[in-house]
Amino acid sequence: MKNIEFMYSKIALLLVLILMINLGCERDLSDEVEFATLGTNGEIFTDSPIGLGSDFYFPFLGSKPTAWTVDETQGYESEASMRFDVPNANDPEGNYAGAIFRVDGAGRNLTEYDALTFWAKASQGVTIGEIGFGQDFLENKHQVKVSNVSLSTNWVKYIIPIPDASKLFDERGMFWYSAGTQETAGNGYTFWIDELKFEKLGTIGQSRPMIYGGEDVDFQTFVGTDGLVDLPTVSFNLGSGQNVTVNAAHSYFDWTSSDLSVVIIDETGYSRSINPGEAKITASSAGVQAEGSLIVNVLGQFNFAPTPTRDPSNVISLFSDVYDNVPVDFFNGYWEPFQTTGSEDFEINGDNILNYTNFNFVGTQFQNPTVDATEKSNLHMNMFIPGDIPSNLDFLISIVNFGDDGVTESDRQQVFFNTSNFVANTWSTFEIPISMADRSKIGLIIYENINGSSLTNFYLDNIYFYSE
Amino acid sequence: MNKTIKYNIKDKALGFMSFLLIAIFVISSCSTDETQTVAKFENLVWQDEFESDGQPNPANWGYDIGTGENGWGNNELQFYTERPENVTVQNGILVITAKEEDYNGSSYTSARLLTKGKFEQTHGRFEARIRVPYGKGLWPAFWLLGDDSNGTEIWPEIGEIDIMEYVGSEPTKVFGTVHGPGYSGAEGVTKAYELENDRFDAGFHVFGIEWAPDYINYYVDDVLYNQITPD
Repeated sequence: MKNIEFMYSKIALLLVLILMINLGCERDLSDEVEFATLGTNGEIFTDSPIGLGSDFYFPFLGSKPTAWTVDETQGYESEASMRFDVPNANDPEGNYAGAIFRVDGAGRNLTEYDALTFWAKASQGVTIGEIGFGQDFLENKHQVKVSNVSLSTNWVKYIIPIPDASKLFDERGMFWYSAGTQETAGNGYTFWIDELKFEKLGTIGQSRPMIYGGEDVDFQTFVGTDGLVDLPTVSFNLGSGQNVTVNAAHSYFDWTSSDLSVVIIDETGYSRSINPGEAKITASSAGVQAEGSLIVNVLGQFNFAPTPTRDPSNVISLFSDVYDNVPVDFFNGYWEPFQTTGSEDFEINGDNILNYTNFNFVGTQFQNPTVDATEKSNLHMNMFIPGDIPSNLDFLISIVNFGDDGVTESDRQQVFFNTSNFVANTWSTFEIPISMADRSKIGLIIYENINGSSLTNFYLDNIYFYSE
Repeated sequence: MNKTIKYNIKDKALGFMSFLLIAIFVISSCSTDETQTVAKFENLVWQDEFESDGQPNPANWGYDIGTGENGWGNNELQFYTERPENVTVQNGILVITAKEEDYNGSSYTSARLLTKGKFEQTHGRFEARIRVPYGKGLWPAFWLLGDDSNGTEIWPEIGEIDIMEYVGSEPTKVFGTVHGPGYSGAEGVTKAYELENDRFDAGFHVFGIEWAPDYINYYVDDVLYNQITPD
């Protein structure tokens, strides 16, 4: 009986706590309460880094980590500036320059500003790939960028408008850049940035937010599908009369679904289809309705491929959510100039599906390393054709083995399928016997539409070699 | 500036012509703003606060219709109409809308309102509260033109005072100009006024002149930015 009493007392205690918390909510804040306030300094670099702390420069993966220095010999109306030495394309320490500048410490309150501004010049006329702010290597929630910033050999002032400054009440991502040598035939160059700061210009106006390029885009999907809507843009008119367009993170926008029983969407632009039907995704930024929309047509429950049941020890898997997959170079090589096949792969309830669109031919390459299928008897895959099965369907799968160098083709096996191998709205299962004598270095599978076949779209899943 | 101004502008009663976008007009008289050192303009002789929706008050406003000669002398591309699509009063504001549309052989339409034959005034404070649009090719203006005595006198002899002109490709600037014989067209006596931390399409501003026998003072809001005198 003591146990019971003890439990009751526990419950009583819980109730008391809840009441206290509720009371707490009703109470006014004491006069002694002071909200923590963040610094509002907009300056990032004038003649030296301003208030960034000691550990603020974080290079991008693969970029030359020493690209940024402070140049004490020149600046815009000063003797110091930030110098960026973009390396040659063959520089062993990194073939491009790029990094974020993140405040080492508490974030800043930038809500009173309307733009990031700076003066810049370069050692030659050159276009810098991307420049922006709001990237912090954490959530990057407020990332903004302008692309293809054209620098000349004399100082020019640049303005990157803030899409909605009210979001930047605690921001650490002050500045970021990425610059390569695609336009300079691989030859390095130098550019300088000075007077880098957030400013309240007051002369930026006519904000025009846009999603999906201002178009109403149709999209078909299935119940349970997750997806991120495309990155939106905002165009502004500067005081000079020039227009500038920035790519803005989803979080600068308020996202709306016209039917929350069909599609839901969160503040980061991440959507989920939850019931069959149609819902229109729209957005606004800083109170201005964005042009464009995404009209999501949710078709119903997705018809999943049969779940593989073979013993993993008998399987070498290229693409499956059941087995561990070996490294694959790509599932679509976008081979120029004749390939038209696109990829709109998707994931439903954790099951990834390859989705080839506008199909003529496409290849999956896995040469690093190749697969030794000597002990494997078959190649398995599941294939699904949405809609009607074309009556003239003629489909070729080629399996390619490479020589000792792993690059030169040594053998190729071709397998043909036609309309009779498919049933509408049903996954077909192929158990292709591998007949090549040497199958020790398989590195490529090619899918082809042949003989005028009008197949345009299909899904693949569970691609693996196995032995019984 | 020479004496011709005196005879050709100052002594000539001017009527309003306008192809601006949104405006409230007051010809005022109220006691002068303390920040402005000017003659007293105390007798309100004409105003339109645009208080009834629909067509602007026909007692105050007439229209130029069509494309004029050579686009009203400026190669203007629009066909001026008095249709509600181009000119209407809404919520206490005169709204003039420039539209891209095929209309009577022109690719654009807009509206141009004038007080000619309805109201004329020499000297005084002329002001309007105006918000302008933005975009290359747009050229709203608020201006005074001398009476042409039914065509017996021609521009520039009749005189012209441009209280506010604005081009949509320069959203922070307006300019005020006086045209007359010997200083017409691009030779007009002009001065631009630039907002430092704002733009003219972002809100309403009061554009005014105070025209006395010896000077024309140009204002944007409470800022006197130019004074033009006969010499």
